[in-house]
Amino acid sequence: MDTIFAPATARGRAGISIVRISGPDAHNSVAALCASLPPIQRASMRKLVWEGVQLDECLVLLFQADNSFTGEPIAELHLHGSIAVVAAALNALSQQPNLRLAQPGEFSRRALENGRLDLTQVEGLAALIDAETEAQRKQALRILSGAIGRRAEEWRKKVIRAAALLEATIDFADEDVPLDVRPEVLDLVESLIVSLQDQVTGAAIAERIRDGFEVAIVGAPNAGKSTLLNALAGRDVAMTSEIAGTTRDVIEVRMDLGGIPVTMLDTAGLRNSSDILENIGMDRAIARAELADVRIFLLMDEDVPIGIVPRADDLFVHGKADISKSAIDGLSVSGVSGKGIPELLEAVCAILQARVAGATLLTHARQRKGAMDAIFALEAARTEVELGLHRTELAAENLRLAIRALDALVGRVDVENLLDEIFSSFCIGK
Amino acid sequence: MSVFHVKHFDVVVIGGGHAGTEAAAASARMGARTALITLSRAGIGVMSCNPAIGGLGKGHLVREIDALDGVMAKAADKAGIQFRLLNRNKGPAVQGPRAQADRHLYRAAIQGALNAQNNLTIVEAEVADFLLNNGSVGGVVLADGSEIRARSVVLTAGTFLNGLIHIGADRSPGGRMGDAPSLRLAARLGDLDLTRGRLKTGTPPRLDGRTIDWSRVDMQPGDTAPTMFSFLSAAPSARQVACGITKTNDNTHDIVRKNLQKSAMYGGHIDGVGPRYCPSIEDKIVRFADKSEHQVFLEPEGLDDHTVYPNGISTSLPAEVQSAYVRTIVGLENVVILQPGYAIEYDFFDPRGLNPTLEVRSLPGVYFAGQINGTTGYEEAAAQGLAAGLNAASAALDKQQAIFSRTTSYIGVMLDDLTAKGVTEPYRMFTSRAEFRLSLRADNADQRLTPLGITLGCVSQEREAAYHKKAALLSKAKIVLQSAKLTPREIEAAGVKVSHDGVKRSAFQLFAFPDIKIAAIDALCPEFATFPPEIKEQLSKDGLYAQYLDRQESDAAALKREEGHLIPDDFDYSIISGLSTELKQKLKLHRPANLLQAGRLEGMTPAAILLLLAVLRRSDRKYATQ
Repeated sequence: MDTIFAPATARGRAGISIVRISGPDAHNSVAALCASLPPIQRASMRKLVWEGVQLDECLVLLFQADNSFTGEPIAELHLHGSIAVVAAALNALSQQPNLRLAQPGEFSRRALENGRLDLTQVEGLAALIDAETEAQRKQALRILSGAIGRRAEEWRKKVIRAAALLEATIDFADEDVPLDVRPEVLDLVESLIVSLQDQVTGAAIAERIRDGFEVAIVGAPNAGKSTLLNALAGRDVAMTSEIAGTTRDVIEVRMDLGGIPVTMLDTAGLRNSSDILENIGMDRAIARAELADVRIFLLMDEDVPIGIVPRADDLFVHGKADISKSAIDGLSVSGVSGKGIPELLEAVCAILQARVAGATLLTHARQRKGAMDAIFALEAARTEVELGLHRTELAAENLRLAIRALDALVGRVDVENLLDEIFSSFCIGK
Repeated sequence: MSVFHVKHFDVVVIGGGHAGTEAAAASARMGARTALITLSRAGIGVMSCNPAIGGLGKGHLVREIDALDGVMAKAADKAGIQFRLLNRNKGPAVQGPRAQADRHLYRAAIQGALNAQNNLTIVEAEVADFLLNNGSVGGVVLADGSEIRARSVVLTAGTFLNGLIHIGADRSPGGRMGDAPSLRLAARLGDLDLTRGRLKTGTPPRLDGRTIDWSRVDMQPGDTAPTMFSFLSAAPSARQVACGITKTNDNTHDIVRKNLQKSAMYGGHIDGVGPRYCPSIEDKIVRFADKSEHQVFLEPEGLDDHTVYPNGISTSLPAEVQSAYVRTIVGLENVVILQPGYAIEYDFFDPRGLNPTLEVRSLPGVYFAGQINGTTGYEEAAAQGLAAGLNAASAALDKQQAIFSRTTSYIGVMLDDLTAKGVTEPYRMFTSRAEFRLSLRADNADQRLTPLGITLGCVSQEREAAYHKKAALLSKAKIVLQSAKLTPREIEAAGVKVSHDGVKRSAFQLFAFPDIKIAAIDALCPEFATFPPEIKEQLSKDGLYAQYLDRQESDAAALKREEGHLIPDDFDYSIISGLSTELKQKLKLHRPANLLQAGRLEGMTPAAILLLLAVLRRSDRKYATQ
């Protein structure tokens, strides 16, 4: 097995830069660079010397295999954060036998292969590293802690119990098993469907937390949408002018709204036009705005812009508050003067926070598909159970499919699990 | 130099139980000159436990044996005195034929079949040892020192290996009551590199039916239209009878509870592991203390035999305690016990030491079948005997192996379970063991296995002709059904509920509709109506499960993919640091050939399989780049 190494911190000037080494030769490779190895899990200062030249004086930290992230011996060099120092250290490491630069994700992969993390935890770890906002961090940590695996295990136990009930009436028809297990099976299946459905409903939100919500600013041409975007972003991202229809393409700005990742979209103004280019821009605006999580309708007068139907959570704000004399109730903002901007951000934030509260564990399409397949199979099982005893084996078949779908989240199930459940519950045998 | 006469055969089968008879008959049908060696010719075909054949999973096995022209199904049909199709109220995939059998008729039918079998010689003798040559088997040595040479040997030693019978604190060596154990052969096998385990099983006391008050117990008659085991049988030949049903009560349980210390099982006299699904009355009362009664089936052992087998109260209590508790049961107040119940402990060999052909890996040419592999039940034994007999003959005659897959037969499920997963309790077949249960049905066993039998050359011309005739009718009728495209309006006109979605459906698809009747399809598709009832019946079952069969096919493909993940023989499990030491040892010991087999090892978790797969892929890459 190769020993791998790579910078664990981002490239560039910094206070410190960390190089991580994992594999059977991790500790030896550091021993080759310094006079003595520090005790395990105790950070100690060491001079790193390679081929007679001192590279740096740094902190060295060692972990044993049974107590490390990857499940292999690990060494960490906490170097001074200089591009040259890091380059020299990497060069020294690369010249040692059995050592090579890690491929992307290889440390996590080894953690998976050594049983340190399950599949969903690896996904959680990736999300944590990518986390830019507080909501993303919290969500990733929940997944990294194995929350999906634990939840899937609870679901599996329930499906296995339901399947065992049915299997017992099939395989031990002549014996001391309850005659009609259908009420209990239906209860179990019903509660599973509800619980899974909750997760799937929340999964879209969880995915949003991972990838960011989209908030689209829509309105008539020259309503001041681009000016508003620039004010929200706090910098000049969109070109503005007095000419109606300046914005043609959709312009995106990523921002952190109270811990929630948001992509703010500026769109082309909507009106009847014969300009081909402007019409293309408007089609794009409508398409993106329809998909966005929240739309901010920037109004100049009472008219709602053409082409888009507002939804429940959408915001209506009155634009150009610096010059307008209109007296519409509600929020009025000005991108030019900054009037109403904090209030608008607060309003968007409140809407998104309410949605974030409904987020569930399933952050990836793969996980959501497993849950949806399970729901589909459970619903089919419910139908078969309700159709009568003569469809018992079809109900059982659908429960098997449900188990398999849940296993797609973490692993697989064996028939012995079913038998164990049967034998621990009933007196079988005559 | 031996002064004894040396006989030559292609295949020697040791043991005349259910595994041995099926193995010998199969081998002979293959055209191999076969010797069946048994301690007692009269003991061939004896039912040593309960007088019944078939059941759930088990009935499926008997049908599969019949599809390959085995002897068990036809013998059970001749001996059956009460036929019942179990799970009649459930779907066809999980219905299993079962019959009470007259012991004498069954034994006579088996002996008759063997006597009529070409290429088969029955030898009454004790086998003392194997003849070895260069690490493989060359025949057997008998107790009198004479030798029988053969290229393959099938050992079906049943419970005779180090058998120990317990009644209370009394114990005596033996297999079935009254039979001598083969201690010499057992000692010889002990020298081989085979892992040995110990199991136990129990029997109930046998009752004198003349002392049962039948008027006080419920009677259960057989089915009015009996379902036979053999595809070639039409109707039962023996007189049909009913079985009695009674139950235990608080008094029964009190007596058992007070005497638990005298039970061999609870007195600490037995080390073997018993089956969870066939608990003794002691077990039932201890483990299910809240139940105030347990069913007892009173099964007649034969038409001209007064012995009654009380199914459900196997025991190893002392004889006088058995007598006391039995008499607390309604209808049995004055019953006389003809033979007390007993528990028996016996050795088995870890079947993970066998190939899927049941050949012993460390002793080529020797095949194990039946209880010696840790299974229980006549049907499980016979099915293994069949597989071992076919493969022993194939090897001796240099023909192709008989390979059974999990995806096409219960026999395949069992052989794979045994050889890949091993046993921790006596292994019994259940329908839930078959992941392709909806297609492995009793009604289509011939469609699944007779073609294999024809290829191997182990089925009669009569069966081959019957199979071809049925197969042709089935495919013709299926085409008729599939080409009849019906509109929702037409379907509803026949009284079938359907959604008005404008989609045309084939008549075949309609069989998946709940509560559909064949008569409705007859009305919609007059050409279908002209086919014989059994053909229509089977197609209705195929149609019922059709949509699931497609999905099962993709599962079967997934299974094959796992089979395709080969694990190198020298694979180093110690490099997988996420595996528990226990799992590593297990993997190292059993060296699964592929990922599928690894997944079947007891204690393997989804996470462990994932790890193994990850590491395998990693080493695949390494091999690929080298």
